[in-house]
Amino acid sequence: MFEAVAFYLFAFLTIAMFYIVVTTKQALYALTALAAGMIFISAFFFILGADFLGAIQIIVYTGAVMALYAFGMMFFDTTRDVKEKQGNKYIIVGLSTLAAVLIVLIVSVPMVSDNIVALYPVADDIGNVQSVGLVLFTKYLIPFEVAAIMLLVAMVAGIVLAGKKMDLSLTLMSGEEIEDMKKEKNKKVLS
Amino acid sequence: MMEIGLNHYLVLSTILFAIGLVGVMKRKNLLLLFFATEILLNAVNIAFAAISHYYGDLTGQMFAFFVIAIAASEVAVGLGLLIVWFKRHGTIDLDLMTSMKG
Repeated sequence: MFEAVAFYLFAFLTIAMFYIVVTTKQALYALTALAAGMIFISAFFFILGADFLGAIQIIVYTGAVMALYAFGMMFFDTTRDVKEKQGNKYIIVGLSTLAAVLIVLIVSVPMVSDNIVALYPVADDIGNVQSVGLVLFTKYLIPFEVAAIMLLVAMVAGIVLAGKKMDLSLTLMSGEEIEDMKKEKNKKVLS
Repeated sequence: MMEIGLNHYLVLSTILFAIGLVGVMKRKNLLLLFFATEILLNAVNIAFAAISHYYGDLTGQMFAFFVIAIAASEVAVGLGLLIVWFKRHGTIDLDLMTSMKG
């Protein structure tokens, strides 16, 4: 009973938030609605008994990814209204629905034909976090390490791409130095 | 109706995935395109967690973790590229990125 109420409530909230993300003209509204939708999605994970996944969803998505987007938006002109593509709406909606139904078919056909065997059954006597740790550090240890290397590469790439001129400090420089740097920068940006 | 099964979660995942695809096809601003891809990844995560729960198998949750890791690194690299592009050209409009004349 309570599960059904929670499911329908959070399903409605999530769909509403994500609908706002794809339709609003203000980038800030989209960011806020996306953050709210991420938190509502973690509710599904808690309903499904995947406690650790729910906590990770809140920490990584809402805490790290959304904060990164929020800081990144300082670089962009977000006060302007977002322009949209002028295309045929029916084609867009039709194609999207078709692709989504195909994805669900890909996922659900093996289950309908009973080809799924539970390789790592959930143990009853230990909690979710413990069983996740047991599986993650035995069977999925190599993918885990590869994911760590991928995150390191992404961090280095982010620093290299966005961190140009980070060796200069605007707060410690005198006024003339900043003016000189602005002139220098304008020349370089235009080339 | 009152008993929530796997099909409920799969239908919800479909709806969210369709919303994300509409966003990918409709948006011209690259930042909002990234938002739409986050919606796609989250829709798949819900399906993974639901299958993991209803089949009593932890593999679905494992792949949801890896999807989250990929989303985080995608944001780091994508946002870095976006900042560089905006510094050079002053816009993140998708239609103006035609330097390769593809």
